[in-house]
Amino acid sequence: MADDGREESLGTDDDSDQTGADGSLNNTMVEEGSTLMRRMEICVAEAEKRSGKNAVSMQETYTVYLIETRPMDAVAEGRNPAPDCLWRRYSEFELLRNYLIVTYPYIVVPPLPEKRAEFVWHKLSADNMDPDFVERRRVGLENFLLRVASHPVLSNDKILYYFLTEEHGWKEAVYETGFQAKADSRLRALSATFRVRNPDKCFMEMKHYSDELQSHTSQLLRARAMLRCEAYCLYLCAHPCIHCSEWSAIEKEMGDGLQSAGHHMDAYAASIDDILEEEEHYADQLKEYLFYAEALRAVCRKHELTQFELEMASQDLISKKQQREELATGIVRTFSLKGMTNKLFGQEAPEQREARLKLLEDLIAEGEETVKEKTIERAEHVEKAWVDIQRFKEQKDKDLREALINYAVMQISMCKKGIQVWSNAKECFLKM
Amino acid sequence: MSISAPRGLASSGQKPITEILHPLSAAEEPLSPGPDVTVSGGRDKEVGLTNGTPVETPSPASASVLFNRLHLDDDLDPDTRDPYADTETHDLFVTVDDPKKHVSTMETYITYRVSTKTSRIEFDLPEYSVRRRYQDFDWLRTKLEDSQPTHLIPPLPEKFVMKGVVDRFSEEFVETRMKALDKFLKRIADHPVLSFNPHLNAFLSAKDLNKRQGLALLTKVGESVKSVAGGYKLRVRPPEFCALGEYLDTFNQKLGTIDRIAQRILKEQSEYLTELREYGTVYASWAGSEEELQRPLEGMAGCVTTCCGALEDMSENMSQDFLPVLREYILYIESMKNVLRKRDQSQAEYEGRLEAAVLRKQEDRTPIPAEVEKCQDKMECFNADLKADWERWQSNKRQDFKQLLTGMADKNVTYYEKCQAAWESLITVLQDKQTEDKTSETN
Repeated sequence: MADDGREESLGTDDDSDQTGADGSLNNTMVEEGSTLMRRMEICVAEAEKRSGKNAVSMQETYTVYLIETRPMDAVAEGRNPAPDCLWRRYSEFELLRNYLIVTYPYIVVPPLPEKRAEFVWHKLSADNMDPDFVERRRVGLENFLLRVASHPVLSNDKILYYFLTEEHGWKEAVYETGFQAKADSRLRALSATFRVRNPDKCFMEMKHYSDELQSHTSQLLRARAMLRCEAYCLYLCAHPCIHCSEWSAIEKEMGDGLQSAGHHMDAYAASIDDILEEEEHYADQLKEYLFYAEALRAVCRKHELTQFELEMASQDLISKKQQREELATGIVRTFSLKGMTNKLFGQEAPEQREARLKLLEDLIAEGEETVKEKTIERAEHVEKAWVDIQRFKEQKDKDLREALINYAVMQISMCKKGIQVWSNAKECFLKM
Repeated sequence: MSISAPRGLASSGQKPITEILHPLSAAEEPLSPGPDVTVSGGRDKEVGLTNGTPVETPSPASASVLFNRLHLDDDLDPDTRDPYADTETHDLFVTVDDPKKHVSTMETYITYRVSTKTSRIEFDLPEYSVRRRYQDFDWLRTKLEDSQPTHLIPPLPEKFVMKGVVDRFSEEFVETRMKALDKFLKRIADHPVLSFNPHLNAFLSAKDLNKRQGLALLTKVGESVKSVAGGYKLRVRPPEFCALGEYLDTFNQKLGTIDRIAQRILKEQSEYLTELREYGTVYASWAGSEEELQRPLEGMAGCVTTCCGALEDMSENMSQDFLPVLREYILYIESMKNVLRKRDQSQAEYEGRLEAAVLRKQEDRTPIPAEVEKCQDKMECFNADLKADWERWQSNKRQDFKQLLTGMADKNVTYYEKCQAAWESLITVLQDKQTEDKTSETN
């Protein structure tokens, strides 16, 4: 598979269209020149409600999403074959992601759209069945797949491929990989964070940055939700001129002017809804990076863990070597129960000593192997993770800049509408 | 004698002069127009003695002044002297400005400079500049109401302000009040009858307004209107005044609604502004932790701040220009209703007396007393004045609201233009970096 980098060989609608129907794809993904993306056109086309019995035999309703794939060369050649498709529900996406996180701990794995609707300002309860929410989730899931499929490392994964192509039997395949056993326990990870002595400085900075990113994006989302709330109230207040139509009824001369102005105001108030809808998309982009911050932090934590394990292994080796030395020379440097009992109850027999020495030697040999492994593990992780972190940084800078531009464009169009409405209203007033 | 009926009395039809002129003027011999005063026919004229003009107890100065005016009336083109014509005949200009704080042991208060420019001969000098405080304006208004009960007196801005809630000496409050006082005087100066009121003259020209002594100008009309005996109940209001009354009620309601909405909007705008500022701050603090994105995020923060400023300007306009005018018209309606009530009373009195007189006539042939006819004249004066003022008020209202609404539209357009400019310049910044990146990539 020729991997020649950046050209837009992916035809059709979901590549360089930055504000396409899903609005999610952008240039960074296309330009990465990943293998899967080049072979396959992927999209999450629909969402549907299903009912069924769950694991505890209770009736439940859930939503499934239709994933459609088509071979890229067919599309490029202009043939338009029917896409292959299968249905997946959110929990299966979650399973896929968990698998990826465990299997590639040095990769900043793209996040999924939120499980439950949060940062919702205008709904009393977050309803997962709400059609708007489902639609935005659909877009988010597609975005996830596209990001994963265009990642230089992740896109090669077999499980990912099966996810997209094998409706049944995929779950079994995932479990068969035994990834769950490889997963680091939370406790271990947390303990590492607290007890690690010499984590790499760059990773620590990166971890700190991920905290900042998370804090800022969430602050921004909250501030934005408040702002929307206020903006809605403001327009709902009905500008005095919207009452012009009532007023105009009792005025003889001013009537017509007031009434036509009132019409313009009404139209403006109606258009606000559309604008607020568009702005929701900006929030989605922010949310993606809010969750991305989490993924970044996970990679940094993994580093802490590998470092910690290396430190532990080294520490263990050192102490074992020390024990051997003591045993060999008879000089007790450190306090040990054995030493104490020896002093109190006399030395042990030479055969016992030999046996213990032999055991120690074996343990030391093992320990040295472990240290070697851990060193390699740590080094590999550092190397690969750093590459992906750089990639992530570039992607983030580009995406967020895009998002800001689109936001500004949207604001401008809002301003233009406002100018138009008020200019029209002014015309009406002048005729009064 | 062929002075044609002043226009105001059109509804009462043509009548001989003795009945047309102010009842009072008939008694004031020296001041009734002599037979040698002729007026070219056709056009109505403001003669110094038309209904409603208070006439002083005869004094040489005023008599000659009035007389002179009558002669002047002859010379001038009747059209230009039409009292109800618009601004063409403007010969009295007043302005209120320059607020100053005065601190004395007893109290602290604000005075305003009242400047007058005029070519009218009722005034000794062509220009005046005096300082007046709110109390003085209030005095003027009361005097006008008392001496011109058949006319609509413009409202003053509210007298009482809750000391704890509103700062009487804040720039904003003083500015708003001053504009309202300016409007008040201008309306009076524009009024064909009120502008000739001697109290106004005193207000504009006297060095010290000696209010306690005052000019004992309560005219007989004023007195008689005030002392309308109770017990006369109005039976039927003429239809045009019914319509007026209904309009006042509905309009009052509408204004009240609009005022409430406008207040609500101001409150929401201020809350929105707070949230917007917070929003901008978040961008600024985020910029601190980014490298590549620092400038874009700072740009966003700056843009949001600009929008905040623009919004603040617009809110200011709403509260300083829009709301005061609404308030003024609400107050106007109050005073209109008062005048309407007094008119009703005078009609009631007339009808009551007439009825009594008719009965007596039937009984013992006593003729209808002059009293009754005086009442009729009074009522008709009232009707005419009120109608005329009502027309003027309608026309002023239309002008005022047109100006107000177009002003509001302008301010809104400016707000959006400012915001648009800010966002557009931000895009340039953001996109510049993009093209920089692209060129560096291809290199």
